[in-house]
Amino acid sequence: MERRAYYRKNSLPWLLLAPQLLLVLIFFYWPTTQALYWAFTLEQPWGGGNSWAGVDNFLAVFADDRYWTTVLRSGFYAVVSTALSMAGALILALFADRALKGTGLIKGIFIWPYAIAAPAAGVAFRFMFSPEAGLIGAINKLWPGIWDPSTIGWHALLMVIVCHAWLGIGYNFVFFLAALQGIPRSLTEAGAMDGARPFRRMLDLQLPLIAPTTFFLFIINIISSFTDSFGLIDTMTEGGPIGATTVMVYKIYFDGFKGLDYSGAAAQSIVLMIIVIALTFIQFKWVERKIHYS
Amino acid sequence: MTAISIRGVKKRYKKTFVVHGVDVEIEPGEFVVILGPSGCGKSTLLRMIAGLEEITEGEIAIDDRVVNELEPRERGCAMVFQNYALYPHMTVEKNIGYSLKVAGVPKVSRAERVMKVARIVGLEPYLDRRPGELSGGQRQRVAMARAMIREPKIFLFDEPFSNLDAKLRVAMRAEVRKLHRELGVTSVFVTHDQTEAMTLADRLIIMNSGRVEQVGKPTDVYNNPASRFVADFIGSPAMNLLEGEFDADGKFMHGQGGRLDVSSLNGYRTPGRKIVLGVRPEQIRRTDAGTAGAIPAIVDYVEELGANRLIHADANGSRLIALDTGTIEMPSGAPVHLSLGADALHVFSLEDGKRLNAH
Amino acid sequence: MIERSRTFDTVTYFVMAVGLIVVIAPFWVVLVAGSQSLQEVSRIPISLWPSNHLMENLSEAWRRADLGPKLLNSLIVAVGVTSGKIVLAALSAFAIVFFDFRGRMLSFWLIFITLMLPLEVRIVPTYSIAANALSPFQTILDTLGITGLVQSLTGIQIGLSWNLLNSYPGMILPLIATATGTFLYRQFFMTIPDELVEASKMDGSGPIRFFTDVLIPLSRTNMLALATIMFVYSWNQYLWPLLITTDRAHYGTAVMQLKALIPAQNGTPDWNVTMAGALIIMLPPLLVVAFMQRWFVRGLVSTDK
Repeated sequence: MERRAYYRKNSLPWLLLAPQLLLVLIFFYWPTTQALYWAFTLEQPWGGGNSWAGVDNFLAVFADDRYWTTVLRSGFYAVVSTALSMAGALILALFADRALKGTGLIKGIFIWPYAIAAPAAGVAFRFMFSPEAGLIGAINKLWPGIWDPSTIGWHALLMVIVCHAWLGIGYNFVFFLAALQGIPRSLTEAGAMDGARPFRRMLDLQLPLIAPTTFFLFIINIISSFTDSFGLIDTMTEGGPIGATTVMVYKIYFDGFKGLDYSGAAAQSIVLMIIVIALTFIQFKWVERKIHYS
Repeated sequence: MTAISIRGVKKRYKKTFVVHGVDVEIEPGEFVVILGPSGCGKSTLLRMIAGLEEITEGEIAIDDRVVNELEPRERGCAMVFQNYALYPHMTVEKNIGYSLKVAGVPKVSRAERVMKVARIVGLEPYLDRRPGELSGGQRQRVAMARAMIREPKIFLFDEPFSNLDAKLRVAMRAEVRKLHRELGVTSVFVTHDQTEAMTLADRLIIMNSGRVEQVGKPTDVYNNPASRFVADFIGSPAMNLLEGEFDADGKFMHGQGGRLDVSSLNGYRTPGRKIVLGVRPEQIRRTDAGTAGAIPAIVDYVEELGANRLIHADANGSRLIALDTGTIEMPSGAPVHLSLGADALHVFSLEDGKRLNAH
Repeated sequence: MIERSRTFDTVTYFVMAVGLIVVIAPFWVVLVAGSQSLQEVSRIPISLWPSNHLMENLSEAWRRADLGPKLLNSLIVAVGVTSGKIVLAALSAFAIVFFDFRGRMLSFWLIFITLMLPLEVRIVPTYSIAANALSPFQTILDTLGITGLVQSLTGIQIGLSWNLLNSYPGMILPLIATATGTFLYRQFFMTIPDELVEASKMDGSGPIRFFTDVLIPLSRTNMLALATIMFVYSWNQYLWPLLITTDRAHYGTAVMQLKALIPAQNGTPDWNVTMAGALIIMLPPLLVVAFMQRWFVRGLVSTDK
């Protein structure tokens, strides 16, 4: 952060910052603060008075068993989709890093999922996994009723998770590959001189050396499973069947905008914000350490 | 008129002072080199002249006009930076002409002036290239041309050759000297390389931890270092410096029981007085055992330099380096006798390192 | 790689091939299904080879989802967010990195804390502001008593109001109010050597001149990267446009139309049209990423977000 060469002006920097700060204040700080206010008051949806409710909104949310199920499901969703996506991307990156002839173009294609909107992937996967259509659903012809995400909860959840993992592959791949390519060549050479064969080097050198990136991606993936899951779930299952794919953001959306329980949604938002802030904080701390190491 | 006058200048970063009060006058047309180890405040001083650092205390005047509050562009200085600081996205021509463009000089006369300085530094064939396509020496020339084009009152150089290889550095040194002869512009040159400083300077300013240790002509500084620091810093190999005290007979006691007859230092030889005795390696001669005042020593090792050699020897626990022209085999452990040039002894105070004797 | 082992090379090619299939399969399915007729797409198991009904499916999807105006809306939003971000982020990062002024660290943190909470997490509060983006100022004026004062003096009641529902600013501005771009620029600006700033000072140029003559030309690569990231990000927005546009006919975006293309539970399972629509909608960001890959990868990695 420290530079030696500065301009010393007092009004110009504020002028430069004004548009960005204004937007951030209006669309970030003000609403976030208001959410706090709402979470502690009981408001009639869209106008009307609001009365102080203390922690009642939170208690009401926490007293609801379905909320805890949702939280647990979100956690499961987050961990499984993250693990799947990162493992897949890591394997691809480890082999792509060998840069064999003809793999350059393929590397480019591995990034493609990053460009795809979650709802678009959702629609495509919904078709692929549809019990009536002729792809995965074709096995129903052999064993009728063996696959049906529209009625069997865990089928639906699995389908959404797989789609989410696929969407994340491109992003994770880019970071893993960059991290692998950032390993100094001399280290790989030293490993080779020590007699480690390529596969050994992967395990003993590359994996430990990219640990900071792995951790960074882990947090980013967990956070994105909270945030980006909406587009998938809304197009694939709408939270169903019978709430089997309802995760936190979807519940907030549903309670707040469909159920018009604004205070409850605000309280849930606060909980989600705290989780995400905590995760981001851990990540910032880690990034700091990463810088100290290098 | 003085070109640059630095009066009581101090610089503080946060809470620590890095320049503790410098007073120097620089005459028009002079080539002054500020020399010192890294972190001695020499670059900071230069940057205060340029206007890149604020002056915490004191004042700097250029052509008798105090410039403390002036922007860099208003001071009439041009600067050559250590890493050249060329604009990577501009061609050589644009790099050189950029200051004129900022000043609103019309395109035609800009091109003319760029051509002129490019010719002087030999960059004409490279005007369309970008800095990334040039060698270190060529980049260095661009940096110089960029400084020259503004026809400044003062040239400031901030360790400009430190990224060049040894051979190129010598060549650039000669070129800078030649340019200075031709243009006659007052120049301040910062370096930590003493050879560079000695060969370039009309006058040297030696700095150490934020203070000026000595100002003077290179030969004066070499022959009469004003302090132990200067004595140690200037000259390669460095001056031999022996700590010790005078005994009752006025002999200099050093190391473990070494005694030197230094009758030439009459006037300093108060018994019990602690001093640092300095003698340059070239003032130490190899001599025969019988010679009066010869110091017996043991050869530690010999450094061959080609034209001559350095004898590293141990005289009663004191290390002495002598510049020797002989060719006799000198194995490690062999006895040797050394004599010190009587009129070439430097005496420094042990407490504050100030020089005590005058030549 | 230092040593070549034939078996290991074979394993490498094999893994890459499997990866390629996994990654490309959904794209292939979309393309194949989008080119088949209703009968073909309903076949079990489905043929994995394209048929020749692509054009008619595309035009049917185009018609059914009213894709012309919707794609235009998406484009307006994406270009708005991208260009807004590129400009504002450059300005704010410039101020934070190159100026020494009171409040520098405060501004830095004010902007960077926004990295912590993505829009989806604060969707409820952000939505509330959309009804009147000026309500923060109204509240400030009210609390300071200025509203009352002005009313008693002039008889004019100050009522600041700017409804963002069903408007392009409403779809664009909240997406610009994040720190991603500022962060990217900052990372890059930090690598500009001090001496370059000083050289330009010596050459007589002030901050604005330095910004336009040196910084902007040097940031070109980073701008391209940021543009790619922001284009993809804003084109693919779903939840926010869904909330802020109640007037779908006029302000709906292409991505919002995907759900409408899904065959109804008991309707005709014309997935071929759905897939054709998905193909159209996913294509623009995909093309941008494919073409800008080189710059975008560099930018993505250095944003850390």
